[in-house]
Amino acid sequence: MTGVTATSPLMLDANATEPLRPQARAAVLAALDLGGNPSSVHAAGRTARRMLEACREQVAARFGAKPQEVVFTSGGTEANALAVRGLGRGRRVLVGATEHAAVRAAAPGAETLPVLSDGTADLEALAALLAVGAPALVCLMAANNETGVLHPLDAVLALCRRHGALLHVDAVQAAGRLPLDLAAMGADSLALSGHKLGGPPGAGALLLRSGLELPALIAGGGQERGRRGGTEPLPAIAGFAVAAEAADPAASVRLGRLRDRIEAGVRALAPEVTIAGSAAPRLPNTACIILPGVPAETQVIALDLAGIRVSAGAACSSGKVARSHVLEAMGFAEHAGCGIRVSLPWNATDDAPERFLAAWAAMRNRISGRPSGSPRDPDGCPSRRAA
Amino acid sequence: MRPNRPVYLDNHATTPVDPRVLAAMRPWWEENFANPHSVEHVMGRAAEEVVEAARAELAALVGAEAREIVLTSGATEANNLAIKGAARFAASHGSERRRIVTVATEHKCVLESVRDLAIEGFEPVVLPVGPDGLLDLDALRAAVDEHTLLVSVMAVNNEIGVIQDLPAIGVITRQAGALFHTDAAQGCGRIPLDVEEIQADLLSISGHKIYGPKGIGALYLRRRPRVRIAPLFSGGGQERGVRSGTLPAPLAVGLGEAARLAAIEGPLDAGRIREQRDRFLAALRAEVPEVRLNGHPERRVPGNINLTFPGGVDAQAIMAAAPEICVSTGSACSSAEIEPSYVLRAIGLPEAEARATLRIGIGRFTSPADVDLAAARLAAAWRHALSEARKAAE
Repeated sequence: MTGVTATSPLMLDANATEPLRPQARAAVLAALDLGGNPSSVHAAGRTARRMLEACREQVAARFGAKPQEVVFTSGGTEANALAVRGLGRGRRVLVGATEHAAVRAAAPGAETLPVLSDGTADLEALAALLAVGAPALVCLMAANNETGVLHPLDAVLALCRRHGALLHVDAVQAAGRLPLDLAAMGADSLALSGHKLGGPPGAGALLLRSGLELPALIAGGGQERGRRGGTEPLPAIAGFAVAAEAADPAASVRLGRLRDRIEAGVRALAPEVTIAGSAAPRLPNTACIILPGVPAETQVIALDLAGIRVSAGAACSSGKVARSHVLEAMGFAEHAGCGIRVSLPWNATDDAPERFLAAWAAMRNRISGRPSGSPRDPDGCPSRRAA
Repeated sequence: MRPNRPVYLDNHATTPVDPRVLAAMRPWWEENFANPHSVEHVMGRAAEEVVEAARAELAALVGAEAREIVLTSGATEANNLAIKGAARFAASHGSERRRIVTVATEHKCVLESVRDLAIEGFEPVVLPVGPDGLLDLDALRAAVDEHTLLVSVMAVNNEIGVIQDLPAIGVITRQAGALFHTDAAQGCGRIPLDVEEIQADLLSISGHKIYGPKGIGALYLRRRPRVRIAPLFSGGGQERGVRSGTLPAPLAVGLGEAARLAAIEGPLDAGRIREQRDRFLAALRAEVPEVRLNGHPERRVPGNINLTFPGGVDAQAIMAAAPEICVSTGSACSSAEIEPSYVLRAIGLPEAEARATLRIGIGRFTSPADVDLAAARLAAAWRHALSEARKAAE
């Protein structure tokens, strides 16, 4: 066994799921002990209801919303579907080319909004799309799950407002990692996922601006002001709320330094490498490393054997061998299947870059059969489309 | 039981998590937090394996195959998915059938799903029930024909605990070539349920009604003959594309363990629960002889006691006078409503009697001391409420 596999595995797949924060774990276990259905009127139910509403206030305060603007859901996929289906009724739906499948699938007839080669929304194309036709719903994510690229949402929102469009933001990856404030952003809805910010899986939320209404996707029971039926999963919600509170965007600065060391390292080791979206503002914890000619699956499996857990694109499609629609949209035509996603969790240790780079160098030298070369212009990539 | 702890007799609204379920879930919160869809790495695969084991336990509980189990966020979602999913899939694949047959005493999420479908051009038929709460099978036969797409009848009613004749309903439905869905949120784990015996095509299960966690449930989806449904929402394509979203591995593990325990201990629970029920009823009737049990006297789950109190008292007043006893006036989701239960109205209770009715749900962890205390406190609370009502009337 090598030194790498002898130690515990190195989890660099936070964009699939963040490790559960200790505070969130304690909140989950406490809520499990509490029991009770928040809709029951007896003592046990009222206690559960108080806790649920406290969680709602906590989530609202954390993300600049009012408590009544918080609709708890089973997670980010449901929150996105609820918003896109609901707000998209009677509107044209414009969906960013690099959006998560949860958003794209919720609007099968949507028009695609292209992105530039750096992964950010093409604002000129957006302006042109909004200038004609019926009022639209624009769906753009705050941060991309594969590349970490951030869209210029201020400019997007200004365009939306000018043309009477609504803006739904999938903030699943941005929440907890960047400052996020519904009121300050001015977006109409925001989708959140508990387990992507260090809470347990099984709870998320849609923040829906007051005054907007939408039909429930899951009907029955009248919970969540009629916007989402079903007994609220208090343990998962409690863990979500506490994790949201504990997730400090300022801590991302440290992750950003680790990420930058990883990127500088791979570039130094292999001049052929491209970091997708590196020219754009990005999440500090995410690096999408393209090793041309080497299928992402091969890279991921080789790293896994060395005890390094990364992924090829989104976790939900991990099992399938497919080219990344995100990288394709950014113009990485033939290399769209060659990108791995390295995403640092909140508890990444400072030795993560060195451990990763040791395994990555071994993998790269073995697979590509080439010795390490000298660094070259990191942003140069022949397959990139002009902006 | 600690003296100051409330007595929890509302096991239809939600059940406490079994300590063994909690123990099974803990490692998946404390050690391996991986996304079960991250099958490229070893921790993700371990999470996937344990989710699949849970799926198998759940399948075994209802006589299904593991791959026929779709994990959802709960029974409400499973009911929505079954009813809307089956109807929308059929309609979008050329079926001429439009009728959706259900029953007046179904859970709200079933009735609302059917109502949502009416807006989409389907034809809902909501059948009445008899005074005993059971569906009249002749009425069902008359309503189900070659135009019927789906029949949705719950296994066990959440308010009055009656058990519908699912095998007979399954036969009637299948003979008409329609799909049969049953909301088994209250039935699963409490009565033996086998999808072959009842000929169900779709069956909904809830985690937190079988001593498992909240936030997880399941839909049984028949494979032979194959039943197809449209998803409520899509995305990552999990659960064979029928239900997208990251599976909450700890909750799935909890649901699997709850199902395993229910399969082993369900019959034992039922016997013990029946004893507590009889003990409670005997004690209460000794003090309030005219109390009346609603719903069929035999065809019911042992844990349910739906009682109308005499003397024209308001059940809310009884609850208020016995705050340490956690019971309810109806289903939890409508607990806060002032309107009397639509289930009780459907079995023919006049409004005044419906308002004088309490739902008591005995569960796996109810002790004889619990029911003794509950009977004494509720009897005293009834006397108190009665005297208050008489004072007010004077």
